[in-house]
Amino acid sequence: MSNATFDRPDTADAQDQRQNLSNLSSEEEFEALLTREQPRHAAVWKRSQLDRRSFMKVMGATLALTGLAGCTPRPPDQPIVPYVRTPEFVIPGNPIFFATTMPMGGYGMGAVIETHEGRPTRIEGNPFHPASLGSSDRFLLASILDLYHPDRLTDVRNADGLQSWDAFNSALQTALADAPNGQGLYLLTEAVSSPTMKAQIDALLAAYPDAQWHQYEPVNEDSAFLGAQLAFDEPVNTVYHFDQADVVLALDGDFLTSMPGSVRYARDFMDGRRVRMAADGAAPAMNRLYAVESTPTSTGAVADNRLILRASEVELLARAVAQALGVDGGAAVDGPWDPNWVSAVAEDLQAHAGSSIIIPGREQSPVVHALAHAMNAALGNVGSTVTLIPPVLANPVAMVEDLQALTDAMTAGDVKVLLVLGGNPAYSAPADIDFAGALGQVPFSAHLSQMQDETSMLCMWSLPQTHFIEEWGDILAYDGSASLVQPPIGPLYPDAKSALELIAGLAGDDRTSYDLVRATWESAANGDFESFWRRSLHNGVIEGSAPEALSVQPAGNALPEAAPMDNGLEVIFRPDATIWDGRFAANGWLQELPKPLTQLTWDNMAAIAPAMATAMGLSRGDVVELSVDGRTVKAPIYVQQGHPNNAVTVTLGYGRTAGAGAGTDAGFNAYAIRPSGAQWNMGGAAMQATGETYVLATTQDFPYMEGAHDAVEVATLSEFIADPEFVHKPEKVVNIIPEKEYNSYKWGMSIDLTACIGCNACTIACQSENNISTVGKHEVEINREMHWIRVDRYYEGPEDDPATYFQPVPCMQCEKAPCEMVCPVQATVHSSEGLNQMVYNRCVGTRYCSANCPYGVRRFNFLDFVDPALVLVDMRNPDVTVRARGVMEKCTYCVQRISEARIRANREGRMIEDGEVTPACAAACPTQAIVFGDLNDAESRVVKLKQEPQDYAMLADENTVPRTTYLARIYNPNEQLTSSES
Amino acid sequence: MITESLPKRYGDPEQRPQGETGASRPKTATDRISDIVLTLRTPGWWWLGFAVSLALLLSLVYLITMIFTRGVGIWGINVPVVWGIAIINLVFWIGIGHAGTLISAILLLMRQEWRGSLSRFAEAMTLFALACAGLFPILHLGRPWLAIWLLPYPDSLQLNPQWRSPLVWDAFAISTYLLVSLLFWFMGMIPDLGMMRDRAKNRAVKYFYGALALGWRGDAVHWERYHTATFLLAALATPLVISVHSVVSLDFAVSLLPGWHHTIFPPYFVAGAVFSGLAMVLLVAIPLRSALKLQNIITLGHIDAAGKVMLVTGLIVVYGYAMEIFAPIYTGNPSEWALTISRFTGTYAGAFWALLIINAGLSQLLWFKAVRTNMGMMMFISLFVMVGMWLERFIIIVTSLNINLQSSMWREFIPRGFDYLTIIAPFGLFFTLLFLFIRLLPMIPMAETEELLHEKGLSSVEAEVATSGD
Repeated sequence: MSNATFDRPDTADAQDQRQNLSNLSSEEEFEALLTREQPRHAAVWKRSQLDRRSFMKVMGATLALTGLAGCTPRPPDQPIVPYVRTPEFVIPGNPIFFATTMPMGGYGMGAVIETHEGRPTRIEGNPFHPASLGSSDRFLLASILDLYHPDRLTDVRNADGLQSWDAFNSALQTALADAPNGQGLYLLTEAVSSPTMKAQIDALLAAYPDAQWHQYEPVNEDSAFLGAQLAFDEPVNTVYHFDQADVVLALDGDFLTSMPGSVRYARDFMDGRRVRMAADGAAPAMNRLYAVESTPTSTGAVADNRLILRASEVELLARAVAQALGVDGGAAVDGPWDPNWVSAVAEDLQAHAGSSIIIPGREQSPVVHALAHAMNAALGNVGSTVTLIPPVLANPVAMVEDLQALTDAMTAGDVKVLLVLGGNPAYSAPADIDFAGALGQVPFSAHLSQMQDETSMLCMWSLPQTHFIEEWGDILAYDGSASLVQPPIGPLYPDAKSALELIAGLAGDDRTSYDLVRATWESAANGDFESFWRRSLHNGVIEGSAPEALSVQPAGNALPEAAPMDNGLEVIFRPDATIWDGRFAANGWLQELPKPLTQLTWDNMAAIAPAMATAMGLSRGDVVELSVDGRTVKAPIYVQQGHPNNAVTVTLGYGRTAGAGAGTDAGFNAYAIRPSGAQWNMGGAAMQATGETYVLATTQDFPYMEGAHDAVEVATLSEFIADPEFVHKPEKVVNIIPEKEYNSYKWGMSIDLTACIGCNACTIACQSENNISTVGKHEVEINREMHWIRVDRYYEGPEDDPATYFQPVPCMQCEKAPCEMVCPVQATVHSSEGLNQMVYNRCVGTRYCSANCPYGVRRFNFLDFVDPALVLVDMRNPDVTVRARGVMEKCTYCVQRISEARIRANREGRMIEDGEVTPACAAACPTQAIVFGDLNDAESRVVKLKQEPQDYAMLADENTVPRTTYLARIYNPNEQLTSSES
Repeated sequence: MITESLPKRYGDPEQRPQGETGASRPKTATDRISDIVLTLRTPGWWWLGFAVSLALLLSLVYLITMIFTRGVGIWGINVPVVWGIAIINLVFWIGIGHAGTLISAILLLMRQEWRGSLSRFAEAMTLFALACAGLFPILHLGRPWLAIWLLPYPDSLQLNPQWRSPLVWDAFAISTYLLVSLLFWFMGMIPDLGMMRDRAKNRAVKYFYGALALGWRGDAVHWERYHTATFLLAALATPLVISVHSVVSLDFAVSLLPGWHHTIFPPYFVAGAVFSGLAMVLLVAIPLRSALKLQNIITLGHIDAAGKVMLVTGLIVVYGYAMEIFAPIYTGNPSEWALTISRFTGTYAGAFWALLIINAGLSQLLWFKAVRTNMGMMMFISLFVMVGMWLERFIIIVTSLNINLQSSMWREFIPRGFDYLTIIAPFGLFFTLLFLFIRLLPMIPMAETEELLHEKGLSSVEAEVATSGD
């Protein structure tokens, strides 16, 4: 450069530089990239020739238009007309609710979707739906986030980049030309229970008689299927009625949080455990749960008597119990348990014949399922507490075998056209089924999926799939009753299609999915179809669609001999508590949701018993190499109290490499060592320390209770009856300042610790309702997660078999709130209805309130935690402020819901009724452990609960006078066993 | 000393005050002090020290920029340990400031003569330490730009601060302290500034000091008012020594937290403040004394006396530790127990043991006069006392928040890069101001020194011999 201060851009140097740039930009690669990524701008780019003036014009226009775009969205080119009359029901600011159903593993979970001006903002359970009764589980609540996931697949793509459906269809037709009569056309779906879908697949198979349909779910019910075959020679589904049961024996079956009907089961089960002395009189009764379990679960934590066994030993125990009950197939086997346990349980079951349940786990062997059928039948439970119904899945198969068969066909070159509808088999196939490798042998493959995941990457075509909130359909629940899938919103990405639409199109049916679903149910209508249809859509469920109970006869098959006990190290595979089989790996809410019992976020782990950790010199975070059958994977150790010795649990769903958003590369892939022959537990494993360490982010570091009085107060039923006033009550404090009076409402909450199963649904419900940010693994590691309600998990007693307690902790809304007194700017103040409120605008962020909060429930925006993705803006609850950096936040008792109800009540000239306001946590809670209401209303449920003798306030001696109080945990152990244990 | 020849650049006799003529005249105390500023060549160590301090100050600017742009999340603070290094710094630096006021005000009121030579310097340290301390209550806010909301300004929504919050008391206590200290320091300096004005040769320098001297002419009326004013300000400043750190300690004592909720805190904090403040004074005064050859003005007697006060305040601090441990023993409160056990054995036990060894153990050396008059030992002890007192604040703040009332929320604070920067960066501000001070202003009160000598019936020149201790 010359020494002149400003060179004209037209000097030779500048020209050179521009030419260099244009040389670069004319490279084919760049043009291809531009065309692919920015088709509209590519034309401008090419036209401009890139001389100085054009360059400046383009840049200038870009800048100017960026500014414009920031001001107002652009109206369409065509003339548009605003509402003259608003559409029916749409009142700006008022939400509209739609019933729909969420599919998972082929089973439906009833949902109600809240929409604001057409945008779905929230999901809750559907009170009409048998699997929900208005409650929800963590998956349902979090699924709304997947709808808005910024990484969703939006267009048809193949290796050449963006394509259209037309291009795909013509390519498919070409490929089908090689598959006469569908010879070589293979369909791989997830589990299907939808009658409409089944009809369309049947139609497709009719159009292409030689085509084949396979199904695969990594978390499948093969054991239940094979167990039913063993017991009855025909597939059945078992439905349990816990409300009728007095004694329950769970054989490694976590029926409270991880079965298709869990939400309903949890409600029914807890209804038999609510001890209400003040309301019901002096001799309350409770049901009793015996849980045999390998990996600790909520069910074991809640159980009155728990027996910890390795997964492979549960079958032996089942045989022993069966023998004690005098059931065929039983055997007098010895195992690592106290023989008294078996006899006491058998005695208790027999004493409650007809009102007991034996429930096997999905992860147990077919033999356990067959034995459970036999034992339930022998106890006379079938017909009362246990119902057998025809299979819920449209075409029940053993899915691992089905996938094996497909993979064999692919390897053999029989598969000409493979359509994978949903699922992610390239990732989730068992380690010895090389589905991913076999995909390479398939000449034409396509994957319909919401994200471009591992399977999409290996298939030739990636097809955008609708979220269930965007699609029409139908599905059956755990009890076989049907419900409708109704979209409150059209597809966010117009190119997305549902599996149903794709299949119908393939079968040559040009009806819309709406028409197809209507057609399915036309025959079911009694009388006027339109009113039936409207009622069904409104309620979400189809009345009277629950199937009749089957009466099946035992087939009398001999059970296979019990395998000898394997003394080697056992690896136990379990679906992950929050991201399940990996399908929720992209869901930030679920990733950051502490897993019950481990409180771990963003990772999976290899859980081992404390004794084993001590023996092997391992501690939390040490990376071990696990080998099963010659396959190895590296996993971080988590030392878990109550885990069986000589076994290690790994959870599925992690180690995703594509299409998992922020969950990509989190954790390790347990599918890499999961054998097809032993999906859930495998002996003969080896574990070796590698010397590496890995940081696991948990939300609770200290697992025991410390303090003057236990945070969770516990008594057995008999202790409680003997001394109902066993909980600690603080001394009355004399105060010369008069107490504040509340003349309108005085809100309060009661949480029943007996009923809490630690499922964390409340946490997610709160996150969704209150626009709570996720912060990512690193921030959780340094203790900055933002959840307004957390579920503490405490252990008490010996490490190898401790008692486990759950305690949901929202803001206690103290009457004498220590936080209010120390805020220098009045940013946290008491409302006239007794709420302790945060004024975000006024908060300067001293964090003194948090320092002075004895309960640690306040959360601070240390950084700007709000996800900047624009698409997520549509999902946020418009009634709740999104908090800025530097501001404190905490549970508000869902004050927006209170305000909404107050406005409605005022308009109607009445007081808010009891039950009219339900905070998100209470609404979601499967067991109704959380009850909210007005303490000024003597008849309200919450006042009644607070009158129970076991009502207590946490840290009562601090004289904070919390409005959230707890009902002590009461359990009902078999005294025979507890005395023999001690 | 007295025979030492005059420096080469000794000033023009015309510029000298009246009655002091003759190039070979021996130096008076005033000469020695004012020469440092006016005539001596700026020494190399000053430039070096100033450069290092300025670099550190720049890192503070960087830190502040990051806090404003990214948020306080750059630190390792979390829930439950919501307060970290920023609040530790606040308590630490206010503590350092205390020694200055103590030396100046209380000792002035008590007419302790030995304070004279140390006072100006100590007051300046008070101010600079307060400048550092005052930054942190603002910087630690989630939204520091709204710090003004802690003050009762006429807000259009008629919102006031929440008067029950100790943080509001803090805002008043610290700003009052800052104001009174500034006035006291400046007022005490006026006669000296007049003298500097009269002695300056350069016109610009003359204007500089002239403006600061506020028209001081040395009238008897001026002197009379000067004495009254300084005495009054001293009387005003004295309660502040007690009140400021007492109020700061209430930030903790008012809360519910085990480890914070102690009635012993106010006296315990004040004693700790004087303890660490004197350590800081010595840490700066001892090297300066030999670098600027002020041994006969800051004498061994001064340092010995400072050592004694440190010993006494150190023992009060140890009593505070004993009371903190006594509380769980006496009350049997399990939360207090858990905290105390955690302090001795938990994550931060190393820091706790270190502070016990330093503050309760090492400081006992001050019982011995041989130690108190040994410059090396005093430097060594002062340095460790600074560390020990910093650790004390760390332990009080971090462990109490860590082992709180709810055991499910016992979660730790791990300092990150920005936390370490926050520890060292304020030293940049402090030393930059300090270096500027010793270069630009008379760091020892000239008028007072002359007055003291006069009262003792010594001439300013003779005093060189009389007050020389070593």
